[in-house]
Amino acid sequence: MLHIKLFAKAREVVGTPVVEIPWSEGQTVLQLKRALVEKHPGLQPMISRLLVAVNNDYAADDSMIQPGDEVACFPPVSGG
Amino acid sequence: MIEMTNAPIDYHALTESVRSSQSGAVVLFLGTVREMTEGRRTVALEYEGYPQMAEAKLAELESQARSRWPIDQVGIIHRLGHLELGDISVAIAVSCPHRKQAFEAGQFLIDELKVSVPIWKREIWDDGTTEWVHPS
Repeated sequence: MLHIKLFAKAREVVGTPVVEIPWSEGQTVLQLKRALVEKHPGLQPMISRLLVAVNNDYAADDSMIQPGDEVACFPPVSGG
Repeated sequence: MIEMTNAPIDYHALTESVRSSQSGAVVLFLGTVREMTEGRRTVALEYEGYPQMAEAKLAELESQARSRWPIDQVGIIHRLGHLELGDISVAIAVSCPHRKQAFEAGQFLIDELKVSVPIWKREIWDDGTTEWVHPS
């Protein structure tokens, strides 16, 4: 299982700050986004803008995620 | 010093923390909650952050800035939670030997913060509706 932290509108749409996705080695950020949307269809409208962070750094769609990595998913940032 | 906080930002203490006899220039930037945005009236902002990653990204920005300007000290504090009109959401203080470097480094830090640091704000409009701000 991969635990994914959600923030801002992604958290609000899903209704919880952390979700679990079954995970095995060798899968990518893009596969995670697809799995998230399949399980939580409310994320579909923002899928193209969702960002994924792995171990506190932004990760590209083709990056691998290992079980045990710290993973977060969120929309574009708007601090300041 | 890099910090996320739910408490009001003490920008005087932040400014003092970067002052030194090595620096002829100290620049302080304050981001504050603005009332009007394109004709709509804000009554409050709610900030949410991913503090652990936000602090890591801010530390990266500090080291990028240090590689470009002869910075003496940097202090960055971002507030999270519920902020009223006029409240300070972010404070950045930079000290350098000369003013141009301090202004440029301060501008770089706030510009990059807005692009890459995982913090989000939600507008609470005066008609009671709310809206996450997600720049395109």
